[in-house]
Amino acid sequence: MTVELIAGAIKAILMIFIGLQLAIFLLYFERKGSALIQDRIGSNRASITGLGKRLGLPNLGIINTLIADPVKLFTKEDFIPDGADKFLHTLAPFLALFPVMITFVIIPFGDTISIGGRVFDLQATNLNAGALYLLATLGLGVYGVAIAGWASNNRWSLLGGIRATAQMISYELAMGLAIVSVVMTFGTLNLQEIVRGQGGVWFGFLPRWGIFMQPLAFILLLTAGAAESKRVPFDLPESESELILGYFTEYSGGKQAVFMLTDLAEQALIAMLLTTFFLGGWQVPWLMRDGFHFPGGAFLSVPALAVSLLGIVAFLVKVLALCIFLGLVRWTLPRFRYDQLMKLGWKGLVPLGLFNVMVTAFVIVATGSVQ
Amino acid sequence: MPPFLYLFLGALAIVSALGVVAQRNPIHSLLSLISTLLIIAIFFIAEDAVVVGFLQIIVYAGAIMVLFLFVIWLLNLQAEIGPTGHVVLKVFGSLGAAALATELFLFLGAPHLEVKIFHQPAGYGSLASLANTLFTDYLVSFEVTSVLLLAAVVGSVALARRIPNETGEGSSDPRAAGLIRDAAAATAATSRRAQG
Amino acid sequence: MIPLTYMMSLSAIIFAIGVAGVVIRRNILVMYMSIELMLNAVNLTFIALGSRLGSMDGQVIAFFVMTVAAAEAAVGLGIIISTFRNRATVHADELSLMRW
Repeated sequence: MTVELIAGAIKAILMIFIGLQLAIFLLYFERKGSALIQDRIGSNRASITGLGKRLGLPNLGIINTLIADPVKLFTKEDFIPDGADKFLHTLAPFLALFPVMITFVIIPFGDTISIGGRVFDLQATNLNAGALYLLATLGLGVYGVAIAGWASNNRWSLLGGIRATAQMISYELAMGLAIVSVVMTFGTLNLQEIVRGQGGVWFGFLPRWGIFMQPLAFILLLTAGAAESKRVPFDLPESESELILGYFTEYSGGKQAVFMLTDLAEQALIAMLLTTFFLGGWQVPWLMRDGFHFPGGAFLSVPALAVSLLGIVAFLVKVLALCIFLGLVRWTLPRFRYDQLMKLGWKGLVPLGLFNVMVTAFVIVATGSVQ
Repeated sequence: MPPFLYLFLGALAIVSALGVVAQRNPIHSLLSLISTLLIIAIFFIAEDAVVVGFLQIIVYAGAIMVLFLFVIWLLNLQAEIGPTGHVVLKVFGSLGAAALATELFLFLGAPHLEVKIFHQPAGYGSLASLANTLFTDYLVSFEVTSVLLLAAVVGSVALARRIPNETGEGSSDPRAAGLIRDAAAATAATSRRAQG
Repeated sequence: MIPLTYMMSLSAIIFAIGVAGVVIRRNILVMYMSIELMLNAVNLTFIALGSRLGSMDGQVIAFFVMTVAAAEAAVGLGIIISTFRNRATVHADELSLMRW
């Protein structure tokens, strides 16, 4: 019992750590990757003792974005604006970070790994109602933003907060409908079972990933997830050219760092959700528990530990690919106007989601099977 | 669930509930209510009602409370300063609530009520069993509830609708009414100037 | 399993706090939040007893109470907004137009 508890704790800490590392990678990607996309150089000045420059190496801006910026943020003065509610102002960043962090623990990042004769499931907590837990925690993410906007005693922050809240609750619905379609297809709310159900092949060569069974739901979850984590093109709440920083204008120093972290971590979380539901999670194509079964009939035997590790690596590769894709979208598309955003959410995504659920239900009843 | 955990959570729930009633700032009351709802959801999950527990978080703490929050914003409610109501009412209200609590305690908290039968069918509290019961035994209530929700949506939109008015009389905030009036006057002046 | 007396007492206390809130507080929104507290206490009772007796009816009734509370919240808050628009107050003592 205690071994399970300790293993679970280690896995939970590991998952949160991976989430934070992905957030940091996304931070770096936001500076240098956006520079790459926009055909400029980006940050390349900061260096410690100038060693790299003396050796003639190009400055990749790592020290700039990952060391200098966080140090600057955390050593800034932390002030609370005059007339603002002190308790709420301090509470808001942590209220925003909490739901994102606790959602990382239910994402399965591997199949099973046997260490010392004991088999450990590579998912920190195996909830039987995992998909519901996901919807619950994503729904709680509204409060951090709302309280941040209200507690700043600044009407433009309040405006950003109201817009953000309205946007998040509208797109929660579309996200829920996409998740419901996936749950109906796989017949279970348990995330590890959904990923396991995506093993195997169709027609001999096509891996049975969710995206081939539910393409519309993939697009829905991608759009709704981007809107939920307030990424461009849905970043009206923190529109950097209009409302300064929107709902977290009045936050400086460490609290602003926490909000930025929440933003990036939520983007990583959406990427992880998309991977789990649609891209097969930790499933490597054609890899079963004993080895590779290639479509031509070839068989390559792989030891069990390597199978587990390959699964973890595959998961990370897929999540990174989706994060980079979301970053590409960010630096390509312009921002939505507020009424366009609301129209897209309520008049576009929700009917599509309902239609998808209906079609899924028909197909399930018609084929009489739950895959 | 180990005893210290549910005793602690119960105490936390009672403190949050007291916070709802006793705090002056309505947003603080709202946050206390959200924490009470979350603790009650944890108790639901501990009682094997897993789906209803998560639904409590999704529906109650995630949607209804946001509705409350929007209304507090819309009405721009600030913290109450100064005395709020009659002292006599407070004294007798608290005494009455305490009497109610004692009476309920005596009736419901009595040890003879400990239910001896305790067996749960397989899959109790899972989504499948909840859906089965809803759609077979309680189908009529389910359909009527959906009609009720539709009526509530239509009713609330009709009640809270503001009939647009160019002089800003439909606004709920007196300061905003003045601002809208000034803005309307300025727009009229500029349009007149543009025409002339 | 959590003892039934414990769940019932907790539900009783939360219900009584809700009643106190409705009687003592004069701000309509806080009164409404206390009503939600009462509804939740009752939900807790339903779920606890349903779990002990092994019947899904407790959970279904709690589900319906939640849904009805949502509908009631929407309409009630609409009423509060219209009242505020007409009377510019949310203090229950000042809404005394029909008192003689």
